[in-house]
Parts: sequence; C-alpha cells; structure tokens
Amino acid sequence: MALDPVIAFAEVTKSFGSIDALDPIRLTIRKGEFVSLVGPSGCGKSTVLRLGSGLIEPTEGTVSRTSDNVGYIFQEPTLMPWRTVEQNVTFLGELDGMSRQEARRRADEVLSLVGLEEFRHHYPLALSGGMKMRTSIARSLLLDPDLFLFDEPFGALDQISRARLNAELCALFSERRFAALFVTHSVDEAVFLASRLLVMSKRPGRLVAEFEIPYPFPRQPEIRYEPEFAVLAGQVAAALAEAS
Amino acid sequence: MSDRVDETASASRLGLARIRELLGVAIPPALVALGIILLWYGITHFVLEPDRRFLLPPPHEIVQEGILDGEVLAEILGGLYRTAMVAGLGLVIAFALGFSMALVMSQAKWIERSLYPWAVVCQTVPILALVPLLGFWFGFGLMSRVTVCVIIALFPIIINSLTGLQGADPRLHDLLTLHNAGRWTRALKLQVPAARPLIFTGLRTSAGLSVIGAIVGDFFFGRGQPGLGILLDRYSRRLRSEELLAAVIAACLLGVVAFWIFGVLGRRAVGHWDPSWADEKKN
Repeated sequence: MALDPVIAFAEVTKSFGSIDALDPIRLTIRKGEFVSLVGPSGCGKSTVLRLGSGLIEPTEGTVSRTSDNVGYIFQEPTLMPWRTVEQNVTFLGELDGMSRQEARRRADEVLSLVGLEEFRHHYPLALSGGMKMRTSIARSLLLDPDLFLFDEPFGALDQISRARLNAELCALFSERRFAALFVTHSVDEAVFLASRLLVMSKRPGRLVAEFEIPYPFPRQPEIRYEPEFAVLAGQVAAALAEAS
Repeated sequence: MSDRVDETASASRLGLARIRELLGVAIPPALVALGIILLWYGITHFVLEPDRRFLLPPPHEIVQEGILDGEVLAEILGGLYRTAMVAGLGLVIAFALGFSMALVMSQAKWIERSLYPWAVVCQTVPILALVPLLGFWFGFGLMSRVTVCVIIALFPIIINSLTGLQGADPRLHDLLTLHNAGRWTRALKLQVPAARPLIFTGLRTSAGLSVIGAIVGDFFFGRGQPGLGILLDRYSRRLRSEELLAAVIAACLLGVVAFWIFGVLGRRAVGHWDPSWADEKKN
C-alpha cells in the first residue's frame, strides 16, 4: 500500500562549523511505517531526528513534513518533576490550548494504554525508569501525533524493562499506525520494532544499508527467538560492523 | 486475655520506642547546652575575679535582669518587634526586586551581562560605608533601615533565582520549542517552576542576612525608635552586661527563626518532588 509520506528528507546535509555531521540524506517515511535507524556512536543519528523535528535547520536540502503533529521521545524521560504523572501527560494539551476536560479525558485514555492509571497522582521521583519512560510516551500520545521520533528512548533501562517496553511500543504502533523514526544502538530492538531498517555509517553519517523486516504487525515477543529473526539480525549486525 | 496483654505490651513498646527516638534527638543538643552553661558558670566564678565578673554575669542573672525584669523585657521585645518588621519588609522587597531582576536576566544573555556586575557590586559594597549616606538621603527612620536589609539580602536571591531559572532541563526547552511555546509560557510553565527549589534556598539565606542587616543598620543609625541594634549599643555603653546578653540571645533567636521559617516553607512547597528539599528524616 502506497500511503502518503509523512516526512521526507531531500538531499539533507548538516554541518556544525567546519564539521560535517551528515552526508546527503534521502529518506521518506510513510504513514504506518516504522523505520529503525542504527549506527555507531556519534554518527549523526540524533542530528537526523533533530532535523526531522524542525529543532534544527539543514545546511543544504529540505525536510518536508505533511503534519506538524510530531511526538519527540528523548533519551531520558524528561518529565517535569514538579508535576504528577497525570499533570505531565496533560502538559502538551495545555500548551496547545486543549480544554481541561478534553485533556483529562485523553489523559485517562493514554494512561490506561501505557498501564499507569494507578500511578496518575504519583510524582516522577517515585517512579521506576520504565514507568517514567511510559509516562514520557503517554505525554506525546496525548496529541495523537502523526509522526513519532524516538531518540534511543530505552537505552538507560534494564533488559527486562526494555523488552517489555519494546513489546508495548510494538502493540501501540500496531494499533495506531503512525509514522515512526526510531534511533537505537541495539540491533535486536531495531529489528523487532521496524518495518524498515536503515544502517548509518560513522561520521559524516550516510545511509549505507536498508533492510525490509517482513514480520507482520502486531508482533509477539517470541519472534526474537525464531531462526529467520536471528539471520536478519545477523545481517544487520554485519552491515553495522562494516559501517563503523 | 493473653492477646490483650500482648497488645498493651506491644503498644507500650511502640510508645517507648517513640519516646526513645525523641530523646535521641533531644538529649545530645541538650547536653551540649548543659555543658555550655556549666562552662559559663565556671568562667564566671573561677576565671574572672569578682570585680571583673560583670564581663560575663552568670546565666541566672541574665534571666533575672534581662527577662524577668518587666521593663527590660518590654524594651527588648519592642526592639525585637521593630527589628523583625524591618528585616521582614526588607526581605519582601529584596525578593520582589531580586526575583524580577533574575527573571529579566534569564531572558537574554546581554541583559544578564549588563546587570550581573551590579548585582555583584551590591554584594561587595561595604554596607557601613553606605550607612551615613543612606541616613543623609532617607533620614534615620524605617526607610533607611529597610534599604540596608534590601542591599544585604538582594544578592543571594538574584543569584539563586537566576541559577534556577537557567537550570531547567534543555530537553524540556526543546519540548516547548517543538510546541511553539512563547517566552512567557516558557518562563511560567518551565523556568519558574523548575527554579523553585533554588528560590527557596536563596530566601532562606537572605532571611538570615536581612536580620543581620536590620540589626547592623539600627546599630549604626543609632537614632529613631530603638530596635535590637540600638539596644545592643545602649547596653554595652552602659556596661549592662545582663541586658546586653539578653538582647544578643533575642537577636540570635530572630535569625534562627527566620532561617527555620523558610526551611519549613521550602519543604512544604517543593519537598515532595525535589530531593534536596525532601524531609531529611524519612520514617
């Protein structure tokens, strides 16, 4: 199915002073596509996300989006410690001028989606790392974005929480079918989540390999232990090793 | 039957544990106080010759002449009241001024660069050098006294508020940028709430300084209705050491209370989310 592109990078480069962070990037993500981006440290993956969100402007080329409704998930949960879980989740509604009742209603919905209804009145100080990250995702979900940008969101979590959040995010994507660009260091995570996977070379970052991940959504966590999954992951790891 | 006995026993054990805990908190400082009082009596009776005993009269005489004597007590309480008013008013003005300055400075680097040196000047200016000038300009009443407090208390409020306002998580700033938040929304929803713990730290420091300012100002203006500063000066000139020490104790209490009030307010306001203000003793 050829759905509309949500974001398109056309020959985008970025330099910081005399340092070239990116070689020309050409990349289109359509609605319902989950694109994972793996690459060695410092290759410019985060730069791609910041360009995609509009936080920074490209040096050359253009980034075009068909929607301004973008959810950005940072490396850290980046919650406001003085707000409760619920108040953190309604925050973007406040910024966008949503009515209080509407924000509360949607907060109910997304909090139950990430399984945090019981913790709505807790402060982030009292939450585990995984719960904080769920709150962070719920905060973005409130506005039901058309495009999600993930900047290594689960890197700081332990393996068990990480696997659980992978499964939850995959279920969420299966249901909502937004467009997603997910940056990570973990090959396993990248393959599990993606419909399409890109490998980036070391600086200046360049897209050097592309994989279609054929598993249909929704996906069960057990697919990680299937032989084809291992073969795919092995190919990605090899491409990554070559790019580093 | 035996159940009930057990219950009572465990209840009284619980009561005992609580009492023991309270005693554990209260006894060590009480012992220190007792030690100081003993040392004090020792110096008064064994170190000082009788004709020099007025330098450090024994504690009971201070209680007798400084606190139980109605006239002196009224004088000291009056002074305490006036000094507390001056310090309080000075702190309120210093906060309004200092916080506004910090807020403006946090909005642009060039404003910060223009104002910062002047904030430092008000921290380093020898306040005694200004006292005659302030008296000259504003007279020797409330106005000059409050001005001294403001000058002394301003800097910690500016510097703490500014650090807090600038210290908000840069990724939260990104989040607000992504949602087109204006300067005002950013200040109100992110910078000011994030700055609250440090604002209270500044207030707590400045509350003590404002008390010092009120006493020092009063002491050196030396005119007008007597606050603790004038009383300290008066008692020392007249060699009334009992009254002098009573006034010193009143001044110390005022400083401690000012510090304590803002400690409590800070814990109430941000203790539930800021680790540095959380209750030190979590049961």
